[in-house]
Amino acid sequence: MKLPVTVTINGQTHKHEVEPRLLLVHYIRETIGLTGTHVGCDTSQCGACTILMNGQAVKACNVFAVQADGANITTIEGLAKNGDLHPIQQGFWEKHGLQCGFCTPGMIMASYQLLERYPNPSEEQIRHQLEGNLCRCTGYHNIVKAIQWAAEHPAQK
Amino acid sequence: MATGTERLFGKAIKRREDPRFITGRGQYVDDVKLPGMTYAAFVRSPHAHARLQRIDATRAKASPGVIAVYSGQDVQVGGLPCGWMLPDIKVPTRPVFASGKVRYVGEPVAMVVADSPYAARDAAEAVSVDYEPLLAVSDGKRAHAQGAPQLFDEIPNNRSFYWTIGDKAATETAFKAAATVVQQPILNQRLIPNAMEPRACVASFSQGTGELTLWVTSQNPHVHRLLMAAFVLGIPETKMRVIAPDVGGGFGSKIFVYNEEVIACWASKTLGRPVKWTADRRESFMNDAHGRDHVTEAAMAFDKSGMVTGLRVSTYANLGAYLSTFAPLIPSFLYGPLLSGVYKLPNIFCEVWGMLTNTAPVDAYRGAGRPEATFLLERLMDRAARELKQDPAEVRRRNLIPKFTGGTPYQTPVAFAYDSGDYEPALNRALEMSGYAAVRKEQEVARRNHRYIGVGVTTYIEACGPAPSAVAGSLGAGAGLWESGAVRVHPTGAITVFTGSHSHGQGHETTFAQLVADELGIPMEQVEIVHGDTAQIPFGMGSYGSRSACVGGSAIVKSVEKVKEKGRKIAAHLLEASEKDLDYADGKWSVKGAPDKSKAWGEVALMAYLAHNIPAGMEPGLEATTFYDPSNFTFPFGAHVAVVDVDVDTGAVKLLKYVAVDDVGKVINPMIVDGMVHGGIAQGVGQALWEHGVYDPDGQLLTGSMMDYALPKADQLPSYDTDRTVTPSPVNPIGVKGAGETGTIASTPTVVNAVLDALSPFGVTHIDMPLTAEKIWKAVAAARK
Repeated sequence: MKLPVTVTINGQTHKHEVEPRLLLVHYIRETIGLTGTHVGCDTSQCGACTILMNGQAVKACNVFAVQADGANITTIEGLAKNGDLHPIQQGFWEKHGLQCGFCTPGMIMASYQLLERYPNPSEEQIRHQLEGNLCRCTGYHNIVKAIQWAAEHPAQK
Repeated sequence: MATGTERLFGKAIKRREDPRFITGRGQYVDDVKLPGMTYAAFVRSPHAHARLQRIDATRAKASPGVIAVYSGQDVQVGGLPCGWMLPDIKVPTRPVFASGKVRYVGEPVAMVVADSPYAARDAAEAVSVDYEPLLAVSDGKRAHAQGAPQLFDEIPNNRSFYWTIGDKAATETAFKAAATVVQQPILNQRLIPNAMEPRACVASFSQGTGELTLWVTSQNPHVHRLLMAAFVLGIPETKMRVIAPDVGGGFGSKIFVYNEEVIACWASKTLGRPVKWTADRRESFMNDAHGRDHVTEAAMAFDKSGMVTGLRVSTYANLGAYLSTFAPLIPSFLYGPLLSGVYKLPNIFCEVWGMLTNTAPVDAYRGAGRPEATFLLERLMDRAARELKQDPAEVRRRNLIPKFTGGTPYQTPVAFAYDSGDYEPALNRALEMSGYAAVRKEQEVARRNHRYIGVGVTTYIEACGPAPSAVAGSLGAGAGLWESGAVRVHPTGAITVFTGSHSHGQGHETTFAQLVADELGIPMEQVEIVHGDTAQIPFGMGSYGSRSACVGGSAIVKSVEKVKEKGRKIAAHLLEASEKDLDYADGKWSVKGAPDKSKAWGEVALMAYLAHNIPAGMEPGLEATTFYDPSNFTFPFGAHVAVVDVDVDTGAVKLLKYVAVDDVGKVINPMIVDGMVHGGIAQGVGQALWEHGVYDPDGQLLTGSMMDYALPKADQLPSYDTDRTVTPSPVNPIGVKGAGETGTIASTPTVVNAVLDALSPFGVTHIDMPLTAEKIWKAVAAARK
């Protein structure tokens, strides 16, 4: 049995028939072909698959594609506008907030919501908000710095 | 060297690889999609030890979308090889699928290939396997006991090897003469690496050309190709291409050749279609090579002036059920020779039993042997300080090897000859940055108010870039330990560098381009770094053991010197000047005293390819390849200080401050080195406080997911204060040492010693890692009784 879904991803609307058990992250990666969203675990600990769904940061491995029917989704590929990096992306680059890059898309998407909640976050707030995203390379030090940089350089609305 | 312009060597340049990662355009193995792709899923043993009886794939084969189901009797390939031999070592055969018996939970038993990943998993569930369970043993020391379950008939007492280093008799004499002896049983617990990207492979065999292409999460694609082609698949190396594209962290776990990629290659050849396999995290926990797992008795002897005179170490190293690619090396030559640390330690004896158990294979994990050695040294140093009623920093200081930077190495009693060292400034700087004296005072005051602050100090050494190849060979290596670096200058003067090193987070595309651009005084944009593809790159050894800069970087620099040498001859010819009358600066050769007479790098490169006017007898073209085999390891060192606050009512540890002063020799890109230090510290703190790969006594893996295995999180760690001293290495032409593992080596004992220092008023002298809140609370509660 397949069910129809209509999902807008990075401004583009997609219609597919999918198995009800298909995870949103697999829909994004395999069906749509946007491979920037990563899968790092199967238990929702690592956060590598974090995307924005209707403005909320969600772990796309914890959502079925059918649950995203009608949703508006932003993935890492949709964050830069007209070739200009989003300040969070720029911050990760400026402050060396990544090494292997695998956790990075999820980190950046989680940071997006973090900065919406706390436009001027304290270090403690940043660390607390990133509790659901694991990085094995950076020890988080420069990720904190990257988000602080982004907070100091907000996007032009 | 670039002169007149700003040096690129030593500059914190933003990484060139980052734009693709921050925009979601990295290309990891799981992102590879080929026409006609099939997907593999594995059936794995739920038993730690059992006789394999019947595998029934009837239902699986009828499952929708299934293309094939394979198990041991179908796959005709060699076993997975072990690449390091020790004297009298017993190496069990390691079939790619379990054969006759399963020996650990997660061992591959069968594989389903289907037209989608979901269909493959459904069918894997439908494979029915009959097992006759056997008694299992998961502990390295218990495996050696009389009556312990036996993994292999041909390996009595589960003992793969017994290895020693040092002088036993001299060490015994030192202990007899000692004024003070401290001893401590030490558990260096099993860790599970958990690179954020799970292992994956895509194998694609072309029936047209007979060529096999394997995309694989590898730290060393050529080593993968060699071992797989020659020892496992039995095909010419020329018919196999291994590509390790963007790789999401390794920490050792992606050095080795694993079952899954071999079976995927065989299946692709059999089916004539590409086969993809991507581990889920549960599979990573079960089948990635684990790290550490030592059970050790260690003792240290001191004379009456507080100088260390002897060290005695007995270790049971748990190797898991089979020998992974470099398993025997880790608890032997990467462990025993580190036991002198940064100390004048005249008498050392270390013996190691390498034990087979019903657990996942154990191999190199960030630090690999060196953290185990450093941890026991630093625990004993702290125990001694307490016993001698002296400051732990001062006990260390008194025993430091004096400065040796003149080119004469320091010979330890355990084989290593350190390249250069000046240990005390790093210790002084770390103490200064941590406000050590003030923290000690604060600690006193706090204790009176029933608040327990602790300070840990570590002075450590690390050994990077294992070398030279001839010595490695004499010690049992199945591989050389040199590195390749090829520099191809194009007619415009732009350069492509082909390096045998592999970046899986280290930033080679930036640091290596810095090295080349700096040497030639040309813009970095003119330099491209290629790595991770056996079809493009000369044979290379890959990245592990913090060897990329010191071995791989040196190979590149030597090739740059060669093309520059040829370029100078062409420039001299064009300028009608003598070579010795030419200066090279800012990307051009100019005649001494006549700076307007010059030839730019690009002009010379063009002429090398036009070949219209080059010295008689000279070959056209401008490229060079170097296979660089260093004369020795390099030995970074440093001092770390941690300050913790322990809540003795809950056992919770809060890291108040972490100071790292490392000496990694010369630094190409300080931003990148700092980043590696940060990440290393976090992994080491993880071992100290949270991480533990736990098997129950029957060999069931209790920490099989990220829900059960506690990886460090952002809110558990502080920001780190880092600094450096710089003692160049005389071993290589660029003076670098290595920075990939220092943080992991030093931070584990630093944090453990800090916690135990906090608990010293309760008389708690030791707690086995990880120092979880529960263990700390129990130790304090027991002490309070």
